[in-house]
Amino acid sequence: MVLVSNDPLSLERGAAEVFSHLSQEIKSFGLEEEISLSMVSDIGRSDAAPLVIVYPEAVVYGPVKTEDVRFLVEEHLYKGRIASKLQAPTKEISGKIAWLNDRAGTVPAEQRIVLERAGVIDPDSIEDYIIHDGYQALGKALSEMKPEDVINLLKDSGLKGRGGAGFPTGLKWSFVASAKGDKKYVICNADESEPGTFKDRLILEGDPHSIIEAMTIAAYAVGADEGYIYIRGEYTIAQARLLNAILQAKEMGFLGQNIFNSGFNFELHVHGGAGAYICGEETALIESIEGKRGEPRPRPPYPTTNGLWDKPTLVNNVETLANVPPILRNGAEWFKSFGSPSSPGTKVYTILGNVNATGLIEVTMGITLREVIAIYGKGMKNGANLKLAQTGGSSGSIIPANLQDVPMDYDSYTKAGVAMGSGALLICSDETCAVDLAKVLINFFRFESCGKCNPCRIGNQRAYQILTNISEGLGTMKDLEDLESMSKWLYEMSNCGLGQTAGSPLKDILAHFRDEVEAHIKLKECPAGVCAMSGVTVAV
Amino acid sequence: MTVTTKESRDVIKTVDEVVDEFHARSEELIPILMKLNQELGFISSETLERISTRMHIPQSQVYSVASFYHMINTKPTGRHIIKFCESAPCHVAGGREVWDAVQKELGIKPEETSNDGRWTLKTTSCLGVCAVGPVMMVDDDIYGNLTPNQLPEIFAKYE
Repeated sequence: MVLVSNDPLSLERGAAEVFSHLSQEIKSFGLEEEISLSMVSDIGRSDAAPLVIVYPEAVVYGPVKTEDVRFLVEEHLYKGRIASKLQAPTKEISGKIAWLNDRAGTVPAEQRIVLERAGVIDPDSIEDYIIHDGYQALGKALSEMKPEDVINLLKDSGLKGRGGAGFPTGLKWSFVASAKGDKKYVICNADESEPGTFKDRLILEGDPHSIIEAMTIAAYAVGADEGYIYIRGEYTIAQARLLNAILQAKEMGFLGQNIFNSGFNFELHVHGGAGAYICGEETALIESIEGKRGEPRPRPPYPTTNGLWDKPTLVNNVETLANVPPILRNGAEWFKSFGSPSSPGTKVYTILGNVNATGLIEVTMGITLREVIAIYGKGMKNGANLKLAQTGGSSGSIIPANLQDVPMDYDSYTKAGVAMGSGALLICSDETCAVDLAKVLINFFRFESCGKCNPCRIGNQRAYQILTNISEGLGTMKDLEDLESMSKWLYEMSNCGLGQTAGSPLKDILAHFRDEVEAHIKLKECPAGVCAMSGVTVAV
Repeated sequence: MTVTTKESRDVIKTVDEVVDEFHARSEELIPILMKLNQELGFISSETLERISTRMHIPQSQVYSVASFYHMINTKPTGRHIIKFCESAPCHVAGGREVWDAVQKELGIKPEETSNDGRWTLKTTSCLGVCAVGPVMMVDDDIYGNLTPNQLPEIFAKYE
């Protein structure tokens, strides 16, 4: 794949001619079937424009002149050698952004670990699962390893929670293992309700046995004998598949009493949700299993010591668990060979919004937003400009286009002051209004708030009213002060993660799109042409 | 003394069956409510009363739980329930236009039931099929990649 930059500076320096020469030369070498050539907007390396980026090696060439094109095509595309004399100089911008050139030689291709079998096997066939290395990891754990060996392996692998919080998995397991008590539980959080996220659904529907196997291994490691898979009420197919898989697993002795003849017992239940985003919060989930309103508990104490029925409970996300059997089969070093030292392994991202190809990918951690859009999203729709990306469902961050080169791993994102969350990537062009987007995000929190604590219950309602006023052309500058305070209160005083992250959209639009918000207020204009600006109060 | 009508007796019978299926265990309250919601259409005050009696849980608590979860109806609904996703991914993918068209086509606003009892319109949070947004559910059917001109044909399928 060859990308040519077409931002105004590149075009001024002859990018269009470079593009047509590339097209000609590729044809003359007979490579037009194998190589896709496209123009990409706003590469951002104006010192080396026009740029030509070649994948899968992620090599950046620039500035490229038309007379260089033949050499580049012959050397790199035809002979497979990087044409180093044409490469753009390596450059790090403000220490936070790693440029593509540093990754020369790495392949940002899909790497399917948790989704290896999804779409490949018959999810209703345990035989298919077994043929594809199914239940091998469990057998290994029960026959060759002690519980603490399993935990140490997970710690060594560096696996972090994939639900959004990124907590080290091995560490969490060790907390439950060392908690006092002879009755413990393992819970799989399959309440996936983060807008834009459907990665867990694909794992549950496509490879249900992987979760059963992972939970059984987890139970063995922490000393639990009973478990629940809490699946959101709307995922009826996933519930049916898991129920069926559990029956099959029990029949074959992979679940239930005396698994693999090891003396280890584990009973697993499927518990359906009933439509409440807050039940994805682990303590609210536990309340829900206990038959109550899904209101989060104060923490500490944490579920690891006082969870379901006040017993030590391990709660893990679907994607996190799906990594466990592969790690047991292939080892910690194998897992660490993907991703970065702080964030080993892969991550499943869902690509949504104003791109040509929406969908889902699993790639090694550390890919950038720009690469996701260009390679997997196949570019912005209608050649539009990237304005912002909303990451992580409603609990992530609004990321302006100038941060699109930050590697998407936990550490880099934290350093850049943004959050990755669940891995949902909502890509927005200039057609999106920041005020309108924030309004939709806050409305979600308002609707889903459990109502228990004032900051969240009242704060979201109030923020939604203010944003609605702004979108109707009735905003005042005082509203901006109020939104700032609200964002702070929500973060500092909410009882749980829902309220705490509800302030993020407010904080983000004021930080990165303040001019746009002010235009709604001072000029009574919506620059993106989205907001109603009717001048009429709308009651919310 | 409560007068029990035939309808009431049916409700009581259904509640008893479902509660017995779950052995009247208090932690099974939500699965019980979900099943009754499916069989009876919504949780009426009669249903509430019977659940409370059988499971020894105060009515206020049963109502508190029933009203918390979005998939459980505490009010009667039309014959068909439309749930339109109003979360950000669907919204950005063109959901705004489709939402306006839905309300226009049906002539009702969210949380309203049409006069002929055919439709109840609701908004819903993300359903987890975001790559094909805008999305809506009609009863148990999911429709994706919605455009306003598809709506008449879709709605015509449901009496």
